[in-house]
Amino acid sequence: MAEEILKVEHLNKFYGDWQALHDINFDLQKGEVVTLLGPSGSGKSTLIRTLNGLEPFKDGNIYFKGEKVEPTPKEWQKLRQQIGMVFQSYDLFPNLTVLDNILLAPTKVQKRDREEVKKEAMALLERVDLADQANSYPRQLSGGQKQRIAIVRALAMHPELMLFDEVTASLDPEMVRGVLEIIKELADRDHMTMIIVTHEMNFAAQIADRVLFLEDGKLLEDTPGKQFFEHPQTARAAEFLSSMEF
Amino acid sequence: MAHSGISVLFEGTNFARLMGGLWTSVWIALVSLAIGLLLGTLFGLLRTLRSRLIRFVLLLYLEFFRIVPTVVLLFLVYYILPRQFNINMPATWMAVLAFSLWVAAEFSDIVRGALESVPKHQRESGQALGLNQWQLFRYVLLPQAIQLELPATINLATRVIKTTSLLLMISVMDVINVGQQIIEANNQTHPTGIFWVYGLIFILYFIVDYPLSLWAKHLTAKQKD
Repeated sequence: MAEEILKVEHLNKFYGDWQALHDINFDLQKGEVVTLLGPSGSGKSTLIRTLNGLEPFKDGNIYFKGEKVEPTPKEWQKLRQQIGMVFQSYDLFPNLTVLDNILLAPTKVQKRDREEVKKEAMALLERVDLADQANSYPRQLSGGQKQRIAIVRALAMHPELMLFDEVTASLDPEMVRGVLEIIKELADRDHMTMIIVTHEMNFAAQIADRVLFLEDGKLLEDTPGKQFFEHPQTARAAEFLSSMEF
Repeated sequence: MAHSGISVLFEGTNFARLMGGLWTSVWIALVSLAIGLLLGTLFGLLRTLRSRLIRFVLLLYLEFFRIVPTVVLLFLVYYILPRQFNINMPATWMAVLAFSLWVAAEFSDIVRGALESVPKHQRESGQALGLNQWQLFRYVLLPQAIQLELPATINLATRVIKTTSLLLMISVMDVINVGQQIIEANNQTHPTGIFWVYGLIFILYFIVDYPLSLWAKHLTAKQKD
């Protein structure tokens, strides 16, 4: 049986009186790719940010590799070393070169040997066709390049799970493909366990082992990928799919 | 016979004494800035933390030094500390103490402002990589804050250098105090000495401060584009 990476039980989240997430339940097995779909404001980003502690949750449980997460800052800081996250706005550190952006967390947080990590970082940069930019500063790069480096930066930590929060949403159309191909390759070649929030329906249809469909903070569907796109179970999901042009 | 004019500056050791006084002023300013900037960085960091108590105490500290005139601060350290608390140090060190605490207060506000204006996403992407609070501050937030705060810091430095002119109030032999002595000692022989001595002091302060001011302006302009 596959190893369980993540399990979410009865997760509720409030902003003041307003409930952002309603009783969310799902699990994630090692090597699985799950896309999180839904209209804007449905709680996709909130949910994915809750999974690495950037958003606190009110009640419910999160289990990471079978162990219950105690939602304290210290515990999250430890877990985040195994959960990589890439954001919409890339958020490379502008004060560091590309290479130093990648080396920072592995050398300072994981205390790994700089030379060893550097070798690995260069190999990863090679893989995303950016080895020649190792000594550039983020401001010298295009959005698509920055995002590929943000992915490499997260991968250099050897994460067990990768979270992608609308990583192509602020890219120019011609940059989108390069980034999506990298994610696709992570799934096919590395069998990386991933949760992906995206509005790229073609991409989601290609990559998703499973789709979680969210609306108004409620998880309406947890359906195998192919089935979701061909025969969504709920009328809302069908409506959502037909409203997206792809 | 009464001399007049610029020669007062070069009578005896006058010029060397004025330069010595200038060095005292600059030295006190530099040491105070060094201590004050370090302390201010720490206070500024603490003021971005969640603890209400720490923030409140440091805010009181800031407001105290901001509201009380610098002359009063100098008198406090020069007269009150020795008398009430038996702390006896040379006047120059008392001056360094007062100036350092003042710089720390002003700088803490600059640092806090700069730290808070580093985009929230920078903090989050650091956290997402597993950095702890200190690593986040040390490698991500502080380097970016320093760039943001540099012009304001240079302006603070020019203010500190200017304000050393108050040191004469607590008998430190700074450039003003030396100048005053030279004027009084040569009053008979050089009736217009006051013009030349203060003229020179004007130029000296200008030479020290103006490059700083230009640098700050240059940086501000650069940040805008």
